[in-house]
Amino acid sequence: MTEKLVVIGAGMASGRMLENLFELAPDAFDVTLFNAEPRGNYNRIMLSPVLSGEKSYEEIVTHDAAWYEQHGVTCRFGERVTAIDRDRKVVIALNGEVPYDKLVLGTGSSAFIIPCPGHDLPGVVAFRDLEDTTAMLEASGAPGSKAVVIGGGLLGLEAAAALRLRGMEVTVLHLAGHLMERQLDESAGYLLQKDLEKRGITVLTRASTKAIQGEGKVEKVVLEDGTVLEADIVVMAVGIRPAVSVAAEAGLEMGRAVKVDAQMRTSDPAIFAVGECVEFEGNLFGLVAPLYDQAKVLAKTLTGEADSFTPKELSTKLKVTGCDLFSAGDFAEGEGREDIVFRDPARGIYKRLVIEGDKLVGAVMYGDTADSNWFFGLIKDGTDVEEMRETLIFGPAFQGGAAVDPMAAVAALPADAEICGCNGVCKGQIVAAIEGGASSLADIKSTTKASASCGTCTGLVEQVMAVMLGDGFEIPAAQNVCGCTDLSHEDVRRLIKAKELKSQPAVWQELGWTTPNGCHVCRPAINFYLLADWPLDYQDDPQSRFVNERNHANIQKDGTYSVMPRMWGGMTDANELRAIADAADKYGAAVKVTGGQRIDLLGVKKEDLPGIWYDLNEAGMVSGHAYSKGLRTVKTCVGSDWCRFGTQDSTGLGIKLEKKLWGSWTPHKVKLAVSGCPRNCAEATCKDVGIICVDSGYQVGVGGAAGMDVKETERLVDVKTEEEAIEWTTAFIQLYRENAKYLDRPYKWVAKVGLDWVKETLADPAERTALNERFEISQSVYRKDPWADHARPEKAKSFQLVADLTQEAAE
Amino acid sequence: MSWIDICAVTEIAERGARIVKTEVGCIAVFRTGPEEVFAASNTCPHKGGPLSEGIVHGRKVTCPLHNWVFSLETGEAQGADEGRIATYPVRIEAGRVLLDAGAVAAARSAA
Repeated sequence: MTEKLVVIGAGMASGRMLENLFELAPDAFDVTLFNAEPRGNYNRIMLSPVLSGEKSYEEIVTHDAAWYEQHGVTCRFGERVTAIDRDRKVVIALNGEVPYDKLVLGTGSSAFIIPCPGHDLPGVVAFRDLEDTTAMLEASGAPGSKAVVIGGGLLGLEAAAALRLRGMEVTVLHLAGHLMERQLDESAGYLLQKDLEKRGITVLTRASTKAIQGEGKVEKVVLEDGTVLEADIVVMAVGIRPAVSVAAEAGLEMGRAVKVDAQMRTSDPAIFAVGECVEFEGNLFGLVAPLYDQAKVLAKTLTGEADSFTPKELSTKLKVTGCDLFSAGDFAEGEGREDIVFRDPARGIYKRLVIEGDKLVGAVMYGDTADSNWFFGLIKDGTDVEEMRETLIFGPAFQGGAAVDPMAAVAALPADAEICGCNGVCKGQIVAAIEGGASSLADIKSTTKASASCGTCTGLVEQVMAVMLGDGFEIPAAQNVCGCTDLSHEDVRRLIKAKELKSQPAVWQELGWTTPNGCHVCRPAINFYLLADWPLDYQDDPQSRFVNERNHANIQKDGTYSVMPRMWGGMTDANELRAIADAADKYGAAVKVTGGQRIDLLGVKKEDLPGIWYDLNEAGMVSGHAYSKGLRTVKTCVGSDWCRFGTQDSTGLGIKLEKKLWGSWTPHKVKLAVSGCPRNCAEATCKDVGIICVDSGYQVGVGGAAGMDVKETERLVDVKTEEEAIEWTTAFIQLYRENAKYLDRPYKWVAKVGLDWVKETLADPAERTALNERFEISQSVYRKDPWADHARPEKAKSFQLVADLTQEAAE
Repeated sequence: MSWIDICAVTEIAERGARIVKTEVGCIAVFRTGPEEVFAASNTCPHKGGPLSEGIVHGRKVTCPLHNWVFSLETGEAQGADEGRIATYPVRIEAGRVLLDAGAVAAARSAA
């Protein structure tokens, strides 16, 4: 007979427990799940990346309503459990009672709120659930908004860094004399503080909050010493407490939380507990790895299999981009405990090891965490470190003289070595998955969950795959911009905005470039990011542009150039054609009609460029930007003017779009087309933005391609009027300019961020308007004909030889 | 050494180049810093790309056609590519760029 199982709480522990349970015995229980939050499970430790914008909420969901439905779980989301009647074996909730045969408590913990005056004002949040995160995101929306974060521990600092990246003014208040005082000593705390201050975060230590004030919502925070800080939002991240009131009232045996045995059973044999609400042998658990261990044990207990929970050593990392901090084990001072400390203030590196007897019991690393896994391994395994004590702090490379081959190190790991801390996946599980046919990182993620959460173990997982698969698996190169930096394009873009870097030297200096002035890979990217983010402040740098953009013409294989005048929407007239023909004669150019409905003049010498530009300008034509990472052409058909099928004025719309968008710089080239009817003569369905006119209006599609990849556009929106089509198109292009990685065409970028996100963002009329406004600001600088500028005598000179020594010799 | 006045330093953009026509072909004069110049053949040994149009970074230039990178100090191709461009003595004096015409002439007679 199916037993009735009631689970209270849909957190990470209970989610994992149900998953394990359904794997072991899919039909053993009839499950009812209560959750006070109105939703299923998500990965709470990933709220920091959601806050900073690195991940979306959808990406951190682990079990959604559909998953529960598929497994036959009755979900009572948003409903709080008020009591447990152990005699009658029923759970009493807001909407009635549910009987149980077995009951699992997964109530987790709640954030501790300092009970100072004003702590209940709207705008005071913890950093605990999605509601808190959403409140913070909303507060960060207004320009110049201010946040005060109370608590300088891991969570508080992650919140502070993320809010700073969102553009808020952030102050961190910390009661102790230095940040993260439980993990770091004073000098490491100082390094961390300096790092945060460099990001523009103010840190106040020994800061005790006296009151929070405001009329109807938070306005300021008052400290004991009288300091007053303005605040649009206050984040309390001072600690968590197990949420155990229901368990306590039901009369279960309690310590600081619900007491359980190694089978996760409470003092009542029908009631079990898992996660942060549990106390086991005097310990509480806040990190995810032991929670998952507990989940596994409980699933087995429920199905009658023998297993028991043993706590393991834990490690933690700060999830703040560019702030490398690792901490593991125990740092409490004590009899027989000794510290080994290494400092390199110039490089901002600090390492501290705590040794007890001949064992390593704790390790903190700041600034350089490359060896952290090795140290953690020593702690977990209780390795005797007596022999290597003198060189221990220098890491594995110095044990035995030769540098350790990372692959050999991974190959030597035992099967039960933990690879993914977030999901508690050990090497053996990954090996089994590979033997079962997994051959890509995506396979490993979907079969084992390894590297599917925070991703810091991705490198290790790839190493395991490389060891197992040999030549069959190539470790993907690090996604850094180029050899000049370890940062990714995404990081660089974010940091340029967050740190308000407005020049290339500022980027090289502040972001630690290893070369004096970049290289041919990073400079064009940085130049674009700066002009896209600071159109009014940044001066475009021709020397950071590829030759085509610097010379406003396409270089050909023999070093000559091709020149292409703009033909708005593909329209031209006899006078323009005559001028083009004359120019072709005068400068000896070949003439080619291109796929973008333009005329290309090929074979022009560099020194003739100013001349041909001048002539074409005289005939009323401007540069067609056929060379640019920017708007190229807007291809059109003849539309309702001439075509018997044409439903709208596609040529007219093409011309309007081109006049609005021309001259803009984008991460890669951007091509548009407008077709007058679904016959699609302008081939709009394989463009970056393609509009199909229909009787009812305009279908705007995005993310098409007809280059190395061929791809059909996906529908962004259907609109009724030309104005709306132009507004949406411009907003889409500006969103792409502000977010995409340099040299990603829109289809690649859309695939990365997801079309749903793009649609959702653009669906907000205020957001569309703001994007259009920012686009126009940029265009006030860049909507200019570069040919006219470069044909001016003083600029034209630079296209000529600087000296001719053949004549010199003749003289 | 016979130094010939080519141009004012300021006529070459910083991290840019200009070309000088000589009997041994075009020579590119690169300005790698405010007061630092190098002279080398303008022609990439790979497919003849005009190096003066490449992106100048550090004391190196990247050919605009296929991204070969050359050291302006030694003329050697960097990384996996093999090849070399001729380099010529050049210096700055009182804001003027001077090229050693003797070395250019020697290159010509050697060729």
